[in-house]
Amino acid sequence: MSKGAGNTRTGAAGPAASTTAGAVLEISGLTVGVRGEDGERPVVSDLSLTLARGETLCIAGESGSGKSMTALAIMQLLPQPAARISSGKIRLRDMHRGDIDLAVLDERRMRRIRGDRIAMIFQEPMTSLNPVLSIGRQLVESIEAHTDLSRAEARRRAIEALKAVRISEAESRLKQFPHELSGGMRQRVMIAMALALKPDVLIADEPTTALDVTVQGEVLELLRDLQREHGTSIILITHDMGVVAEMADRVVIMRHGRMVEEGTATDIFARPQADYTRELLAAVPRIGTGVGRQKSAEAEMRGSVAVVNDLHVRFDLRGGFFGRVNRRVHAVEGVSFSIAPHETLALVGESGCGKSTTAKALAGLVPYRGDIVIGGCNLAGLGRVERKAVRRDVQMIFQDPYASLDPRMRVGDLVAEPLLIHGIASKEERSQRVAALFERVGLSADQMELYPHEFSGGQRQRICIARALALRPKLIIADESVSALDVSVQARVLDLLKELQREFGIAYLFISHDMAVVENISDRVAVMYLGQIVEMGTRDQVFSNPRHPYTKRLIEAVPVPDPAKRRPRFARLDQEIPSPTRKIGEELPKLALRDVGNGHLVAVS
Amino acid sequence: MTSPIAPDLPATGRMPVKPRAGVWRRLIKRPLALIGLVIVAVVVAGAILAPWLTGYDPNEQMFDGLTLEGAPLPPNASFWLGTDLLGRDLLTRILFGARTSLIIGIVANGVALVIGTLVGVTAGYFRGWIGSALMRFTDLMMAFPALLLAICLAAVLQPSLWIVAMVIALVNWVQTARVIYTETSSLAEREFIDAERTIGASAPRILFRHILPHLLPTIIVWGTLGISTTVLLEATLSYLGIGVQPPTASWGNIIFENQTYFQAAPWLVFFPGAAILALALAFNLIGDALRDILDPTQRGRE
Repeated sequence: MSKGAGNTRTGAAGPAASTTAGAVLEISGLTVGVRGEDGERPVVSDLSLTLARGETLCIAGESGSGKSMTALAIMQLLPQPAARISSGKIRLRDMHRGDIDLAVLDERRMRRIRGDRIAMIFQEPMTSLNPVLSIGRQLVESIEAHTDLSRAEARRRAIEALKAVRISEAESRLKQFPHELSGGMRQRVMIAMALALKPDVLIADEPTTALDVTVQGEVLELLRDLQREHGTSIILITHDMGVVAEMADRVVIMRHGRMVEEGTATDIFARPQADYTRELLAAVPRIGTGVGRQKSAEAEMRGSVAVVNDLHVRFDLRGGFFGRVNRRVHAVEGVSFSIAPHETLALVGESGCGKSTTAKALAGLVPYRGDIVIGGCNLAGLGRVERKAVRRDVQMIFQDPYASLDPRMRVGDLVAEPLLIHGIASKEERSQRVAALFERVGLSADQMELYPHEFSGGQRQRICIARALALRPKLIIADESVSALDVSVQARVLDLLKELQREFGIAYLFISHDMAVVENISDRVAVMYLGQIVEMGTRDQVFSNPRHPYTKRLIEAVPVPDPAKRRPRFARLDQEIPSPTRKIGEELPKLALRDVGNGHLVAVS
Repeated sequence: MTSPIAPDLPATGRMPVKPRAGVWRRLIKRPLALIGLVIVAVVVAGAILAPWLTGYDPNEQMFDGLTLEGAPLPPNASFWLGTDLLGRDLLTRILFGARTSLIIGIVANGVALVIGTLVGVTAGYFRGWIGSALMRFTDLMMAFPALLLAICLAAVLQPSLWIVAMVIALVNWVQTARVIYTETSSLAEREFIDAERTIGASAPRILFRHILPHLLPTIIVWGTLGISTTVLLEATLSYLGIGVQPPTASWGNIIFENQTYFQAAPWLVFFPGAAILALALAFNLIGDALRDILDPTQRGRE
């Protein structure tokens, strides 16, 4: 039954196994309503689709498209009591026992289906595992709940499942707790748990969104391999068109709760029919399409707005009986770079590499060692008042625009606050300037009276940008500032950032894990690994001629939004990324950067 | 924008609402809050107008206030709520007692709340040795029996109504401090506090403009819960002879004076008890409504 699925993996996806093997899940006319202030509002309307045996169906769409609600409706895990299935059928096909309509099944019988016939994995593996139980106990319990196996047999099955997801030393891992595992490991445990009972259908809701790209590559490949072995049908829910291209046999594009288009992966990407699909694909950032932005000689001559020299940030960890410092996290280890006006320097790397800590040090949020020179002033030698004045030139935009705006303040007051703090402009002037800022970032001035929760994600990020602009800074640090946004919104926010740079000559330190976005916006790129820069150069140098193996790996790991360019097998990392935590006195080996031509610096070990 | 992709327009289609459409007006629109306000108003009015509302003196032991056997009278036409063991009019004592109990419930509790909030916020935001010192002190206070402490303090100082209020405040701030501390330390970790620091906001500004507003719900809840606790603590102290000195009436000491006769004369405990309950409930209702009204994220969901 998995034969068909296996063939579609290489090259262009042909008509998938769907035509031969028959359907395992059929959804017809599904409507999910959510009760709100003004009556019931449909979040999924009249959705019909079929999932064939051994097939991977991707449901793609932006936030609010109803893709997750569909998944929850199938599992009967809709948020109670607000949401409910108002009409439609979800038929689970069964050759021996007859079909079951999940939409009307009672909770007791549904419990038997969950995990056994249909399993689900979620976006955030840390929150879906119980932090106080060992993974072994959680695995064994879920197996015991659905089978008549004895404790010992269940344990054997659990070890098998962990081996299947390629977790080494499976037996000793059973005793570990979720927090002892890395994000990728935890997601693999979730997959092991989901597949331990060999379900017919696996629903994966954004399974790799919270993971680093290189880990994402591994997890996706694992899913493909397991599907090939077991013939499981997969419903993969994602916002990432790169992941869709990589995984899908068939694709359903959703928007506002309705299906916009359905087709094979090849058709959707090569010949999209609906306008929305075309727009969506056009908005996806792709590596190799960034407009060539050459660093101008002018920028070179104007000197630097910020110079960072040999920056170190270490965090003390206390332990032992007396709570003394016994270990340190070496978050940033001797990072040096400079940024010129009009320039965008991108800092890329995976979680824990120290890129955000570097940003925080620059913004004055964490204590550091080394030199940070802003506009010619070394911050280290300044008093409190002078430092506040210099800091005005450096502003920051955070990843989550909702978390970084005080929810109890009006957005107008939030944008005016920096002016107030630094005593700039009179009251009337201030409100005029705020109104102008609102218009400049594409909002209207009447929205100043609203609170942050009354805006959408993209708008909130515009408010954060307006706030950062209020002090006319020379440098804006954008810490994953577009990662939380939908692609279409992301593209527009990136355009806004570029426009503002042209207009005001602001320099950006752009921190991101998304290589495609970085390629799009940056002039120069610095790649960080374990607190140090391993490669730095112009965008073209780094992307067309990556020298360091880690950079190569990072670029290779980005899923390409084109099913015709599916990657051959993704090289698996032989070990986990080592931890930057060291005992006192133990130093990390320092990397030396070597110029390999035209300022392209590469670490030599 | 004609693009078929949703332009990032307002998440809600509503027009901007007129800001802060009067906390007071929104408060009286809620039936439960209105009931609370009415009860508080009645108690306050009763306390202020006590001398004019009743013809008796609160401390006068009346000859016709007791039966011939010397037992207190149940509610009747001349003594609406009955009389106590010494033949004093209970209604009059409850009205005058409201003065004491309101002062204790509002002043003592208010001071406790202020101390607790200040200690909790300082310890939670600054951490470090200041935070540890403050919190260890709080823990020490918590471990120490509150009543014993109150007795010691009251014994050292001359007993009077205001001293009793201060003693109660000094004992009662601990729980508030603990709760506020926990909440502040999690708030201080939130990203918008980092965002405030990057625009150059000073510590007092962050504390008063950005942390305190988020603590309001907790402060309100603890404030209203504290009223009944403090009124009862005052009663305990009075009972032990170190609180409000007899014959001054307070709701607490009326209950304590009479509790042993509960079976024979239940009205003596029931009426002052009901008064404490009603006042605490009223403040709770108002507090609940205030908490919702002052939370801007609840706007449009009322």
